[in-house]
Amino acid sequence: MKEFSPAPDSASIVSVTDRVKPVTLGMGVTSVHFLRDRAAFVGGEENVAFVDDKGKISTVTVHSGGILSTACDGKRLVMGGDDGKVVSLDAKGEVTLLATDPKRRWIDAVALHADGSYAWSAGKTAFVKSGKSEEKSLEVPSTVGGLAFAPKGLRLAIAHYNGATLWFPNMAGSAEFLPWAGSHLGVTFSPDNKFLVTTMHEAALHGWRLADNRHMRMTGYPGRVRSMSWSAGGKGLATSGADTVIIWPFASKDGPMGKEPAMLAPLQARVSVVACHPKNDILAAGYSDGTVLMVRLEDGAEILVRRNGTPPVAAIAWNAKGTLLAFADENGDGGLLEL
Amino acid sequence: MSEATSQKIPVTVLTGYLGAGKTTLLNRILSENHGKKYAVIVNEFGEIGIDNDLIIGADEEVFEMNNGCICCTVRGDLVRIMDGLMKRKGKFDAIIVETTGLADPAPVAQTFFVDEDVQKNARLDAVVTVADAKWLSDRLKDAPEAKNQIAFADVIVLNKTDLVSKGELAEVEARIRGINPYAKLHRTERCSVALADVLDRGAFDLDRILDIEPDFLEADDHDHDHDHHHHGHDHHHHDHGHGLKHYHDEDMQSLSLKTDKPLDPNVFMPWLQNLVQVEGGKILRSKGILAFHDDDDRYVFQGVHMMLEGDHQRKWKEGEPRESRLVFIGRELPEETIRKGFESCIVS
Repeated sequence: MKEFSPAPDSASIVSVTDRVKPVTLGMGVTSVHFLRDRAAFVGGEENVAFVDDKGKISTVTVHSGGILSTACDGKRLVMGGDDGKVVSLDAKGEVTLLATDPKRRWIDAVALHADGSYAWSAGKTAFVKSGKSEEKSLEVPSTVGGLAFAPKGLRLAIAHYNGATLWFPNMAGSAEFLPWAGSHLGVTFSPDNKFLVTTMHEAALHGWRLADNRHMRMTGYPGRVRSMSWSAGGKGLATSGADTVIIWPFASKDGPMGKEPAMLAPLQARVSVVACHPKNDILAAGYSDGTVLMVRLEDGAEILVRRNGTPPVAAIAWNAKGTLLAFADENGDGGLLEL
Repeated sequence: MSEATSQKIPVTVLTGYLGAGKTTLLNRILSENHGKKYAVIVNEFGEIGIDNDLIIGADEEVFEMNNGCICCTVRGDLVRIMDGLMKRKGKFDAIIVETTGLADPAPVAQTFFVDEDVQKNARLDAVVTVADAKWLSDRLKDAPEAKNQIAFADVIVLNKTDLVSKGELAEVEARIRGINPYAKLHRTERCSVALADVLDRGAFDLDRILDIEPDFLEADDHDHDHDHHHHGHDHHHHDHGHGLKHYHDEDMQSLSLKTDKPLDPNVFMPWLQNLVQVEGGKILRSKGILAFHDDDDRYVFQGVHMMLEGDHQRKWKEGEPRESRLVFIGRELPEETIRKGFESCIVS
């Protein structure tokens, strides 16, 4: 029989809220990324706001409308907008136009490869531009929901209705279709290149083991999963969508097949965003009530970073070294925490 | 209207068969001096374009939900577009979704009921169908899409009335009423209808399901038993002195049920749930105002195919007759089964 221990109330949780540098952006925020050691908060439309470690804000205009999609490798931030443009922003704040859709269609998804190649989608078509070679494109059966580059080789995963398509842009006729009924929105490769996981329109994830295309159904969420993050080393995939952080185990060759996920940091609110620490087994999670927690994966120990009582947390990210955490709610009230 | 409802962005769905005048109506709405900004989701760019408004191209991608409900289809492109539009909240006051001439309005409507994120931010205001007075009668015979659009409508703009005779107009109206006696019907030339008649109708607002009497009760000055528009065959069975005919459509009907005796909620609710589960493929729209036994509140509900939503609305007023009224519009409705089922819900 287990010993009875009362659930920790908020007063007894370790709190670092007093160490957070508040950031007031004055614009709706949809995501945050680090460009070197400056946090770049992406607005719902037009602007990106840089915040340095002293809390100083400088704003750069990147689109002439809504900003629909983002991808970042720490050196540059690639964005797609409803102005039909793909732009990139570097750490100095310089904006480069990468592509313009001839019909000015919405750029629904973007992806960035470690070698500098980038991909974007408009409607049913995915485009890839790699180095000096010509732009390549592939049309899939329905509108592209999400894009992701594989960690090895120039291979793009395209999520769409009824499955995902894997494509080597430099090999003609290489498109491989991975079917699964339903609408697939987000997509990510496991860091070891063995698994592909999509977020679905339904409250579920779907996964394929790429060696044999075996299916992995990851269900049970009360809400749609909008945020996924691989833990350090790719041992687990942390996700939003429930009132706890759900972490699926990917350490073994079977991935989460037949296994239960870990459920950490339960609150009376939905997890809206997750970001795993790049080096240690820690993650940060934002909730629909404005709470931000840091959670240790091993035992679920929690540290309070931000109290509840605001709109949902919309953006959260670590810098590459894992020394800075940035976050913001939907209204653009956020903070920076130095560890 | 509750505060939560009023903060949601209203969405008007604009349907109509090819050539009926949807684009004319859309341009009319956008060019009128109303001081409002619209986000307009269209299928084809080109013929519209008002600087002030956001025009978004859509692909009409319909997909099935993986929830075991076969008729539960949604517009995937709308889910995505709504998601993108919500990043620009405050830049527009309302959304208009124009469908193609061949589209079924159900997936559009259902998107606003089943998608959690869409539902949080937007509310379906009304389905407005533009119909061509000259050609609709023909289309109702050969185009199931046209029939769906009429059956689904909350507002019907019967356009191009200047191109038909009085007799032809009466004929086409009777055909429309044979399918959908509940929609508000406006006769227009070049879609000149008051904006207030097509926008901000609150047709899906439970608080505004006040009047589910057939529209022609008020609109026209004839008298006969309107509870019986659902029987008979495809011929007119009443012929009024002033030439108003009454048609019955062969496969699309409306069925209204009424009782002044209280219903047993413990019998009625499971019956209704089961009915839409079993027959939801056939039932396009349903609405009801209900008087339950031992309950001083009016209960209202509405549904699209298998999806139902309902709530206690308000206290019955003093002197207000405590009547229950239900309306179903659908295809090949099993009338006898529905009637018998409904009667079994009455407290004996």
